[in-house]
Amino acid sequence: MTALEFTLVVFALSALAGFLGALTGLGGGVVVVPALTLALGVDMKYAIGASLVSVIATSSGAAAAYVREGFSNIRIGMFLEIATTLGAIGGALLAGRVSTHALAVVFGLVLVQAAYQSFKGLAGHGEIAESDKLATQLRLGSDYPVDGQRRKYGVRNVPGGFAAMFGAGALSGLLGIGSGAVKVIAMDSIMRIPFKVSTTTSNFMIGVTAAASAGLYLERGYIDPRVAMPVMLGVLLGALLGARVLVRAPVRALRIVFGVVIFALAVEMIVNGLTGRV
Amino acid sequence: MDDRRLESIIGQLLQAGVLLAAATVLAGGVLYLAGHHADPASYRTFVAGGSNVRSLSGVVQAVVHGDSVAIMQMGLLLLILTPIARVVVAAVGFLLERDRLYAAVSMIVLAILVFSMVHAG
Repeated sequence: MTALEFTLVVFALSALAGFLGALTGLGGGVVVVPALTLALGVDMKYAIGASLVSVIATSSGAAAAYVREGFSNIRIGMFLEIATTLGAIGGALLAGRVSTHALAVVFGLVLVQAAYQSFKGLAGHGEIAESDKLATQLRLGSDYPVDGQRRKYGVRNVPGGFAAMFGAGALSGLLGIGSGAVKVIAMDSIMRIPFKVSTTTSNFMIGVTAAASAGLYLERGYIDPRVAMPVMLGVLLGALLGARVLVRAPVRALRIVFGVVIFALAVEMIVNGLTGRV
Repeated sequence: MDDRRLESIIGQLLQAGVLLAAATVLAGGVLYLAGHHADPASYRTFVAGGSNVRSLSGVVQAVVHGDSVAIMQMGLLLLILTPIARVVVAAVGFLLERDRLYAAVSMIVLAILVFSMVHAG
């Protein structure tokens, strides 16, 4: 394959991944890494390096809109970023020590969870009106727009959410993904933050989390611009298009198709990791 | 300075950072393909690249010499710096709001990010 062919194929695959990632809310990273490693035989280290930078691009691009609309809570985001950035550094350090086979197996397991989530869909756990003691001291409660009005919400179980966020950061640093799903679970089901605030704040946090492991990835040479260039531009373009058509798309059907695809990728990733082919 | 204004500044900063980064990566990519489109592309085995892609100073030096691979990497570095710049802006914004708690929280996040960059440097 020549450099031109490689660039065009990777760009097309990444655009598709970014498009589907935006439509289903799972992000592009979970599809880009298996697509590069399984379809094109790219070493996983290059794949996770390219995925990590594309994750920063889509997160920052989308965050601009959400922040303006007043959904994301920058205080909650900033506070929990202490946990995700520390976790991300730990994950990135670990990524340099474990074998590519082991990385592939862990990635496959994360994909199984993503496939399950794609079928089921994330749903809100219901919000609470009053913050608990620690959340009150940290002033984490706020309000968000519902039908043109600002509705107040409370926050609880900060330590539990903080711990889950450390885990989300570690997965992000280990596998070069945004791990937005774990972040949403931490905020929505553990801390009881309203679903819309959880998803947008999660997206807002993904860029900073990824930036924390990017330095280590860069130093080790995981971020090769010849691979990352078409991935980043493709995922970004796909995500922008995905956000455009989101309102009109048959999301329910797409989720099922996407879930099947991810599950197939998961199985292939785990098998290839166990047999030493990735 | 109030929360709404800070949020809108942060939104604009993120958007500008992504646009600038994408434009730089695209420019480097066009240059790279113009010169190397027929090169064989195989990334089956991991080989860490040279200093022109692995450190900030190395990238800057290579960009000055017109190295297209380094120009793409410069764009990716701008992208990585965008969320870091967002944390700096938030820290300043919270200081101007006299919100000491969240100015401190932002500084902690910034310190962790700087630590990881310097460690990698």
